[in-house]
Amino acid sequence: MATRRRKVSEDAMTIAERQGTLRYQIHKNRISYVMIAPYFILFFFFTILPVLMSIVFSFTDFNVLEMPEFVGWKNYIKLLLEDDIFMVSLKNTLLFAVITGPISYMLCLLFAWIINEFKGKLRAFLTLIFYAPSISGNAYVVWNLILTGDRYGYLNGLLLKYEFINEAILWMKTEKYILPVLIVVQLWLSLGTGFLAFIAGLQTVDNSLYEAAAIDGVKNRWQELWFVTLPAMKPQLMFGAVMQITQSFAVADISINLAGNPSINYAGATVVTHLLDYGSTRFEMGYASAIATILFLLMVGTNKLVQRMLRRVGE
Amino acid sequence: MRKKVIVDYSDRKWVPFWRRAKQTKLNRSKAGNGLLFGLMFICGIFMALPLVMIVNNALKPLDELFQYPPKILVRNPTMENFTDLFVLMSDSWVPFSRYIINTIIITIGGMIGHVLVASLAAYPLAKHRFPGRNILFNMVVLSMMFSWTVTQIPQYLIISWLNINNNYLALILPAWSFGMGLYLMKQFMEQLPDSLMESAKIDGAGEFRVFWTIIMPNVKPAWLTLAIFQFQYMWGNTGGTFLRDEELKPLQFALQQIVQGGAVRAGAGAAVTFVIAAVPITFFLIAQSNIMETMTTSGMKE
Repeated sequence: MATRRRKVSEDAMTIAERQGTLRYQIHKNRISYVMIAPYFILFFFFTILPVLMSIVFSFTDFNVLEMPEFVGWKNYIKLLLEDDIFMVSLKNTLLFAVITGPISYMLCLLFAWIINEFKGKLRAFLTLIFYAPSISGNAYVVWNLILTGDRYGYLNGLLLKYEFINEAILWMKTEKYILPVLIVVQLWLSLGTGFLAFIAGLQTVDNSLYEAAAIDGVKNRWQELWFVTLPAMKPQLMFGAVMQITQSFAVADISINLAGNPSINYAGATVVTHLLDYGSTRFEMGYASAIATILFLLMVGTNKLVQRMLRRVGE
Repeated sequence: MRKKVIVDYSDRKWVPFWRRAKQTKLNRSKAGNGLLFGLMFICGIFMALPLVMIVNNALKPLDELFQYPPKILVRNPTMENFTDLFVLMSDSWVPFSRYIINTIIITIGGMIGHVLVASLAAYPLAKHRFPGRNILFNMVVLSMMFSWTVTQIPQYLIISWLNINNNYLALILPAWSFGMGLYLMKQFMEQLPDSLMESAKIDGAGEFRVFWTIIMPNVKPAWLTLAIFQFQYMWGNTGGTFLRDEELKPLQFALQQIVQGGAVRAGAGAAVTFVIAAVPITFFLIAQSNIMETMTTSGMKE
């Protein structure tokens, strides 16, 4: 009897030990690996590998036709010390990110918050109005009509009519207007997935939380927002931040379509337009990869930093 | 704190809209409502105006398009621009139906493949514990933190090496592995109760069977959302550097050629801009409630 009991416990031990080993775990979950394989094979080829290649190429001289040649930090040194246009585009991109990033994030939150006060059809309609620009594809070219440089442009027409200006302004050909105008258009376009996440997140906040807060002495909607709503939807806030930040660093298409590439005196140049210039026009892939790598670090670094800040909301 | 009197309207059929909010939301001042709804109204007009212009321009006859001073609203609406567009389409070098077929292949291929591949990967990530699970998911989250522009040069090279350049697959395959689809799907699946799968497993169903007969029907809002987002992305794609042959280019490419035609084609161009914007907006409208349901689970846990 006693020996049999000891044997059972020994068996139990070996099973427990075996379950602990990595090989056993992998073998036991082999079906899981089969299921994730198709996605992650593609993910490896089209996301992970490109990022790694980009980093490797950034240390080489590479024109696609010949083998890449290792040049060390040369691309980065040239980029940061000699390339004036890169500095302009980096400045523009940072300006874009610093202005449109936080503002669009706040607007997403603000509008979602107000929309949350409505119900039914009106709510669906308002959601559509604010979200539609971000999904209407290249339809932002309609801004070209608003910003046309002669008196046929809507904005010029309006300003001339009420005599704010005496002659038509070449909006997209005047250096000082290009960046501000692009920022406005970018804001118009920027209420995207993050905005939807906020509206959805606000819906999930439990009503009993609000009632409890009212009893605890929360006096107005602003306090309610800060002490109840925001902490309750922190996960959505973090998701929304990722969406808005990534978007605000990647501005390029609107600049190319509205201001042209290259734009007047590079006033609308961004890191991405600079990247496209070297990548698809000049075929200096090593140099373009260095630009891409810096952009990658900027985007991921900012995202990580903001994630860390957002964890403190409501504390 | 001032005591709030909550009027119970539950026995009435119709409740005035300014009373409705008060049933659930406390602490709302009239001044605050006025301020916020006013702000909302002004910004709403700013957001909607370009969209209104797109619709109106598409309906304007040529003389109104070049009218001075420019008017936003159309006076004599006409379908001329759309008929012009059809004429342009019918005498294009490549038959226009070809562009439409290309777009259908690329969009459907990208949509179905992405939904399948991403859901299949999301299920184990959400419901199974296995080594590497967290690392893999964190990589996907990280991939949402940079835009595809960063990787486009190496991606182009990889597509050349895989020999799928100038092929629909060059657009379709990368689209299957988008990070956001997997992310949304995994977050949505996580909220499904485990008991749902356990009863099926006791009945002897394998993992693939559980996935197909239990999980997928229960995450319908999520895969509809994935399909719509994917559609929006694929719809905007012009084929860029990947598709060289005119016979392979999608509709978007042909449409943008018309827009770039300038003043001569201003009418048809206005119609094109309308079509480009209207299609994805319509799809969003159809699926709005499903998309909102999916987004409730989109939050990032620490």
